[in-house]
Amino acid sequence: MTPKTPRLGRRTLIAAGATLAAPGPLAWPPPAAAQAPQGAVIDITRARTDPIPIAVPDLAGATPEAQRIGRDIARVILANLRNSGLFRPVDRAAFIQSPEAAAQTPRFQDWRVIGAQALTTGRAELAGDRLRVEFRLWDVLPEQQLQGTAFTAPAANWRRIAHLISDVIYERLLGEKGYFDTRVVYVAESGPRDRRTRRLAIMDQDGENHRFLTDGSFSVLTPRFHPNAQQIAFMSYFQNQPRVSLFHLDTGRQEVLGNFAGMTLSPRFSPDGRAVVLSATRGGDANIFVVDLATRRERQLTSGGGLDVSPCFSPDGSQIVFNSDRGGDQQLYVMGADGSNVRRISFGRGRYATPVWSPRGDLIAFTRIAGGQFAIGVMRPDGSGERILSEGWGMEGPTFAPNGRVLMYFRETPARDARGSGYSSRLASIDIAGFNERQIVTPTDASDPAWSPLLS
Amino acid sequence: MSHTKLFGALAAVALLAACETPGDQTAAATGAGAAGALAGPGGVAARPGSQEDLVANVGDRVFFDFDSSVIRADQRPTLERQARWMQQHPQVAVVVEGHADERGTREYNLALGQRRANSARDVLVANGVAGARISTISYGKDRPAALGSNEEAWAQNRRAVTVVR
Repeated sequence: MTPKTPRLGRRTLIAAGATLAAPGPLAWPPPAAAQAPQGAVIDITRARTDPIPIAVPDLAGATPEAQRIGRDIARVILANLRNSGLFRPVDRAAFIQSPEAAAQTPRFQDWRVIGAQALTTGRAELAGDRLRVEFRLWDVLPEQQLQGTAFTAPAANWRRIAHLISDVIYERLLGEKGYFDTRVVYVAESGPRDRRTRRLAIMDQDGENHRFLTDGSFSVLTPRFHPNAQQIAFMSYFQNQPRVSLFHLDTGRQEVLGNFAGMTLSPRFSPDGRAVVLSATRGGDANIFVVDLATRRERQLTSGGGLDVSPCFSPDGSQIVFNSDRGGDQQLYVMGADGSNVRRISFGRGRYATPVWSPRGDLIAFTRIAGGQFAIGVMRPDGSGERILSEGWGMEGPTFAPNGRVLMYFRETPARDARGSGYSSRLASIDIAGFNERQIVTPTDASDPAWSPLLS
Repeated sequence: MSHTKLFGALAAVALLAACETPGDQTAAATGAGAAGALAGPGGVAARPGSQEDLVANVGDRVFFDFDSSVIRADQRPTLERQARWMQQHPQVAVVVEGHADERGTREYNLALGQRRANSARDVLVANGVAGARISTISYGKDRPAALGSNEEAWAQNRRAVTVVR
């Protein structure tokens, strides 16, 4: 099957990560020491830490065009850091030293007095279509460079450079990988609810570079990224045959996965990218299968009269969590990746659904429905330590950022009347401590977000 | 896949969509929530064996309890009438569409809708309709018939709808 769809070109790779030695014009300060710096570095495993005050002046530039890109990059970095909830950008009106002077050499006193603990400086240079960005991260109190990196890329890719810099800042100051150089694929919804148009759409994690992948001539649901971020597994109603399908981002090609007689749904890739676990219906039952992507052979993992749906691998590939009504109502179960040793893990009040394993392996996020309310929560893989992060009239389908620190999901508001007025469905994110819930802006109603791995 | 086959399948999809709308409108106009409300007194001038005929003179849908795919006793007569009607019109093939209300997750409701469609299909087959004449599809909670967010709307959306192909 090859429905006509817009193509998404392969990502242009950015030559990145060239480490800058000691700052150019000056012999001071020395490059960062190997040991973890103190000062601005904090521990984010604490619940609701105080955000790090950071100053992000515009990148300097020799020409108006380079200055404009430098300003745009700084704005993207600022938005990323602010939206994470873990950084507090220092008011730019208070800046004393100019970006140009700071890029030469920071006058730390000027940044200390306005309350900055961390400072970024940098320079954007344009040579034709090539953009080179030098970036440095400073720990203001010990007056120490934490990082110096240069990125080169086609100028059109300046946003990716901004996201890569944001990830460097996050990792150096918080001690773990960031999640800014990522994308989100989701279902863009428009039209009245009884005749909804649903299209696959993809965007950067901050909502930019938005584009539709399918044209709405057939409905789509539940897209999920391959670990290489170049394929998407999703459920397609192409030709009114609801089947799990694959979308190849580099070519736009689509194909039905497997040779199932009935509906297939709720796909997820295995962590090694070689297989897809999904649910297949036969008669009134739904059971979990794994489809090998090389041989396309199917292997049935569960059987019996229940509805087994929403399977998801553990990050080491050894286990699968899923939800089933085999015990009477929907609960979460974990089994070996071969279908062995099935055990129930959810025992709280209500129905549990859409389990998804954290990339860190430490938590399983889920949707809970209880007392007429939907909620997003997390629990440990053995079912202990359940915590509800957000609760409301309608919300479901959590997806983890690649560092396991943030969840995205969709939130619905109820209709006010019999015509459906007031209903909406929007993407939201929240950190796993339950703070910093934010709406993700999309052009239309949205559902079923899936977070990509880091793109580089 | 050849272009010819592709075109044929797309045309079938278009026809299906065209059939659905009048069905839903009728349901809304006659208060589909009440059991048997669609089993009209007869005499409506619809082409025998058409979707309009099914909706007006037989009843095109049955309703389910929350999170259940069991055919309720008060809904069974509708399916029995549908089976008799299909025997009167042996050329007719149908799709049974299973649906769910919005108070469940999307993926689970897709499976639940499939199970509801299958339950309705089983009653048709038990009443003498050849299985080859009946296909099933689930739309989960994603194609509600009633657009409100309340018990009345949810009761109308937990349904299996028989649609002439």
